[in-house]
Order: sequence, then C-alpha cells, then structure tokens
Amino acid sequence: MAAKSLREIRRAAAAGIGSRRCFSGDAAAAAAAAAGVAEGKVGGGAGKEVNLFTAINQALHIALDTDPRSYVFGEDVGFGGVFRCTTGLADRFGRNRVFNTPLCEQGIAGFAVGLAAMGNRAIAEIQFADYIFPAFDQIVNEAAKFRYRSGNEFNCGGLTIRSPYGAVGHGGHYHSQSPEAFFCHVPGLKHLRTLIPWDKETVEASVSKTGKLLVSHEAPITGGFGAEIAASITERCFQRLEAPVARVCGLDTPFPLVYETFYMPTKNKVLDAIKATVNY
Amino acid sequence: MASSQLARRAARRLLSSQHRRHCAAPACPWLLGSAPPVLAPSPVAAAAAGDRRGFCSVRRFTGESNAAAAVEEAENGLVAGGDQQAIDFPGGKVSFVAEMNFLPESQRERINCYRVLDDDGRTISGSRFQEVSKELALKMYSEMVTLQVMDTIFFEAQRQGRISFYLTSHGEEAINIASAAALTIDDIVLPQYREPGVLLWRGFTLQEFANQCFGNKLDYGKGRQMPIHYGSNRLNYFTVSSPIATQLPHAVGAAYSLKMDKKDACAITYFGDGGTSEGDFHAALNFAAVMEAPVIFFCRNNGWAISTPTSEQFRSDGAVIRGQAYGMRSIRVDGNDALAVYSAVHTAREMAIKEGRPILVEALTYRVGHHSTSDDSTKYRPVDEIEHWRTARDPISRYRKWVQGNGWWCDEDESELRNNVRQELLKAIQVAERMPKPPLAELFTDVYDEVPSNLREQERLLRDTIKKHPADYPADVHI
Repeated sequence: MAAKSLREIRRAAAAGIGSRRCFSGDAAAAAAAAAGVAEGKVGGGAGKEVNLFTAINQALHIALDTDPRSYVFGEDVGFGGVFRCTTGLADRFGRNRVFNTPLCEQGIAGFAVGLAAMGNRAIAEIQFADYIFPAFDQIVNEAAKFRYRSGNEFNCGGLTIRSPYGAVGHGGHYHSQSPEAFFCHVPGLKHLRTLIPWDKETVEASVSKTGKLLVSHEAPITGGFGAEIAASITERCFQRLEAPVARVCGLDTPFPLVYETFYMPTKNKVLDAIKATVNY
Repeated sequence: MASSQLARRAARRLLSSQHRRHCAAPACPWLLGSAPPVLAPSPVAAAAAGDRRGFCSVRRFTGESNAAAAVEEAENGLVAGGDQQAIDFPGGKVSFVAEMNFLPESQRERINCYRVLDDDGRTISGSRFQEVSKELALKMYSEMVTLQVMDTIFFEAQRQGRISFYLTSHGEEAINIASAAALTIDDIVLPQYREPGVLLWRGFTLQEFANQCFGNKLDYGKGRQMPIHYGSNRLNYFTVSSPIATQLPHAVGAAYSLKMDKKDACAITYFGDGGTSEGDFHAALNFAAVMEAPVIFFCRNNGWAISTPTSEQFRSDGAVIRGQAYGMRSIRVDGNDALAVYSAVHTAREMAIKEGRPILVEALTYRVGHHSTSDDSTKYRPVDEIEHWRTARDPISRYRKWVQGNGWWCDEDESELRNNVRQELLKAIQVAERMPKPPLAELFTDVYDEVPSNLREQERLLRDTIKKHPADYPADVHI
C-alpha cells in the first residue's frame, strides 16, 4: 500500500513539474531536459490537467489516506499552507497527522528524520527552497547518510521533503532560488525525483538522433545540474555530437529583484542558443 | 527619574532577588573606559579548574568516607555540614537534596508585564518610568502616526499594483518608535523586517522608503531585494534579510565589536515570536551571555508567525523566560505602551553598555495587519480578535490620550500631521515611481568586491542578447 501511494506521489510530482512549465510562462524550469523526459514518460494517460498545487494536494490526500503511518507537517501547513498545497488535509486527517511546526527548518528536517526512522512516512514541507539552508546539516549529514552509516541498521527512507523553488516575478533574493544542485551533490538523497537518477538513456537516445543538446535551468550556470548533464552526454555521445552542448541558465549572481528578466534563461536566450547549435 | 537611577534600581532588584551563581568566577562588570576584559583566559581557566575540582569531589563523595577524606573534600569544594551536602561545580555551589524533585514545566504564575500607561492612557499609580520631555513625547507621537500612515499608503500602493510587495507594522508602532527613541544613533540596529519605524526615527526619509519599495536607482540596495528590505550604513541600520532570525548572531558579533572598541553603544536586534524557534536564536542568546556582549534582544511577541499562533510555536511562558536559562536579564513589557517600551529599552541599554551584558526584552503585542500583502489572515484567525487589537488596544490612540492629557496635542494638530504625512508620501511615491531603475551594470557589481572574469563574460553575453531583443527587457533599466 505504501508503495502504491509513493507511486502516486511520484506521478503527481513529475506531472506537476511539467504543468509548472506551462504556467510559469517563458521561465525555463530547472533542468528542463530531465523534467520534460519525466513528463513524457508518465503524462501519456488521458488524465485531467491540473496545476502543480492541485497535483500536490491530491497526492498528499492519497498518501495520508492510503498509509496510516504517514504525516504531513511544516510551517503554516495547518491552515492549508502559504501555497495552499495542504488545503483540507488537517480537517480530513486530524491535527495529529497534519500539523504546524515551530518556525525552525533544522527542527523540521531533524524531526522528520526521526519520524521516518521509526517506520513512518514523514512528508515535511520547507516553505520556500530559499529557506532550506538551516536544514542543510540534517538533510546532508543525517538524512542522506542514515542508512549507509549504520550499515542499514537504520534508514529514513520514508522521508520526503517538499519545497517550492524558482522565480515568481517578484521574489527577489529569498523567494526565487533554485538550490537543487547543492542536494544533487549529496549521495543518499533521492527525493529530487527527476534528477537523481536522471534519465540519461532517454537524453542519450535523443542526442544520438539529433546530435544536439541544450540544457537550461534557472539556477546559476556555474556548478549547476546542467554541467552534470553536459559532461555525461559528452562522455556518452562525443562522437555523435554535432555542436557543443549549450547551456542557458541563470547568471552567477544572487537572484536580483528588478533584474529578474535579465537574470532568467528566457525564451529568446533559449531560441538564440538553439539557432547557434543548429547552425554550428 | 534619571536613567542611571532607574538602571541602578533595576540592577539592585535583580541582585537581591537572585543568588550570585558565579561565585567561582564572578562576572566582572565591564566598565566603560576600563581595560578591555581578558575574556578567554579567566572564565575558561576557572571553568577548567572547577571541572577538575568538581569531578574529583564526585569520585570521593561516592567512594571514601573517612575523616581525612572529608577534610580534603572540604578543601576541594565538597561541603559536608549536618544533613546538607553540596558540591562546588563549574558555575557555583550546588546543594544535594534527598528528595527527587523535577523542576515544573512552568512557574505557577506567568511572568508579569511592565506597563506605564493604562488602557485609557493614564499613568498607572506608582509606575516608574523614564521621563520624556514634551519635545521628545511629541516627536515619538508624530513618528508613530507617520509610520501608520506610511504603512496604510504603501499597502494601498501594493494593492494598486504599483509596488510588488509590502508588509505593515500595524499595531506595533509603539514598539518601533519608542524602542528607537530610547537608543542613540551610535547603537547598531539589526532588524527583522517589521521595524521600519526604527529607521524612520533615525531620519530615513519618506522619499528614501519609497525609493526602496520601488527599487529605483536611488534605492541603497540597488533594487536587488524585495520592498521593505531597507538598510542604511549612515544610520547604523543593517540591511533587512528575509530569512528568520539570521540577524541575531550577527548582533552578538557586532555588539562584541562595540565592546572591544570601548564604544558608548550597544547593538539591538529585533525578531518575532516565531523567530525564537530558529536555531540562530538559541545560538545568539548563548553566545551573547558567554561573550558578555552589550546586545539587546528585542522580541516582538505579536501572537502570530504567519498563520502559526504562539500556542503552536512554544510552550514556554513566551520568550522572556528563555533569558534566564541562558544567564541573561530579561523583562516583559507591554508592547502597546510607548512609555513602557521606551523606559525598558532605555534601562536595558544602560545595563548592556555599562555592565557589558546582553538583555532580553519581550514586548507583548499583536500583529494587527496581515503577515504581508501575500497573506489573508482572516483565513486563520477571527476577525473580532483583529478588530479588538486594532481598536481597543491600539498603541497610538493610547499614547495620544496621554500626550493630549498633558495638553501637548489637539485635534487640529492631529489632522494637520496626518494630512502633511499623506501629502509628503504621495509626492515621494510619485517621484520614486518615475525614477528609473538602477543601471544594468549594477546587476553584476557587489557579488564580490570586484567583478570577476566569469561575470564580466556573462555581462557581455547578456548585452548582446539585449541588443538583439530589446523588447524583451524593461525600458526603465538603463542599459
């Protein structure tokens, strides 16, 4: 039953990333290549199109409904969350399973690790990805290594951390960041569903066919996940590449409010890069 | 009453009401102008010595019982007299008792709250407070009104789509202005984000506020942060950062610097009830106590951290009780009473600087506005609760009654003030709105002290793109 609910969550999350790209206009989603692949794989059914928050909300309803040992918590989730993703959960499943936590990200992550280690499904919300850094130690040094360092005596595999990321048009430094690359660099973390492991084979098949690859994400270009994709594809497809792998990403600056349009990998930057790649 | 008298009296009350716990290493009041305290060697050495003594005694206590050992034990700090037994443990003497007593989770009664003005703006009989002159009293009043008007108009401007975001300090005007009035300009302010009144008090103009909210080229933050993230080096007001409580440890470091430089100044940092849950809060209070840093921790306990009520934030008696756990003086004050806030901060500042110690102030208040323009607080709290605090407990009207009761203010003054502030701010908004944004080059500056090669290359590529697609980019940013 737990496995079933997890599949549902993955489905919703993957579909959600696809939807996000639709409503975020010309903002390229993080690791668009990988996300697009995931969407293609699971989005084939004739389901009703929903936006990301609805998909997450439905997934959380399913998780709580199908697994009595699942919990949803975080800052302000009790009344439905600041993005409304937990709407209706506390009323339906009670305050013991859906609850506000004190304002403490390291506490949320650490509590979630302990809860998961006891065989529960702990679904923790960090209100903005920009605010995940106080929890970095718990995620990187505790959650990610819990199984490995104990020789599988203990694990916190039931832990899911959910956090909205990315540009919104008016978020400035602290409501816009895309910190996925930090977490991709940590062995043991699997919850970046579309990135670890990313679908190398599908991208490789596509590059083998076209001889071209463009990677785009909002996060700063240097050390971003795009670099990982570019390096892997260069390894696998060196002989078949007809142009250098192009990267259209965020700038190596903090996320700047009034310069957001300049910072972002917008459509014409992508289009120019496509043309340059095709005409190489 | 003179401020020094108030401070001395407050300190005497403290001394008589608590035992001196640090008998092994008495806390040396750090005196202004004296030699800089040698922090590291003395307490650390004393603690280390205490450690050895303490653990040695424990071993003897559980093992030997002959007379010679008893004598040696006394010398080593284990005191045995009658039924009373005690141990000198790092931090002071600890008595042994036969009963197994757990400390209760709370005191029988909640920590009381210092107040000067009653609900009708009359001074409570017997209340001790820092006198304020007519001139100061009126300046405080007009700045409280200015803050309220500014908040109302900026909130409207956001609703009209003219600025992208706003966050009011409604209901917390007394905290903002009265705490600021009790400080000097040399004191360093490390704000959260609901204290623009402190900056207002220090001389930040309505035009400067508007420039920041519009992120134009005169915004000191160069348009990089969201509205309300003010900062001014000139006014000793560190730039606001959205993450919660991160500024608290900074305040301790800044305060330590002031102390090392023998400045007649302290640091003050503001935060909300939610902020007390963050790890940085605990780190900061502990550091401040151990480093004996002249810092005031000002907690605005306004009941709500976005939608989370304090009952889901902590189970302690608010924030004030935490001070003692860290070895710090603390006071709870009525945050909607301007005179009480003023007096408490004034005295806290004096103790912090003269004695080289941190002070925790918890002001009880209420967040009358929504968390921000992104929030609708009626979704999670009753409207009549908001209305009660907005009207019956409004800090501005309470203080006005006192000012007006002194014959210093009248209705004509009131309407003239409100009208003037309104006109000035509307003009400031018009100017700020028309002002271009900072030039494109500023996107790449200040990431480091100098622009490195990778950013120079990115700027060149971006300029090429802009040349090709000028319509993609806002016209009010000079390329």
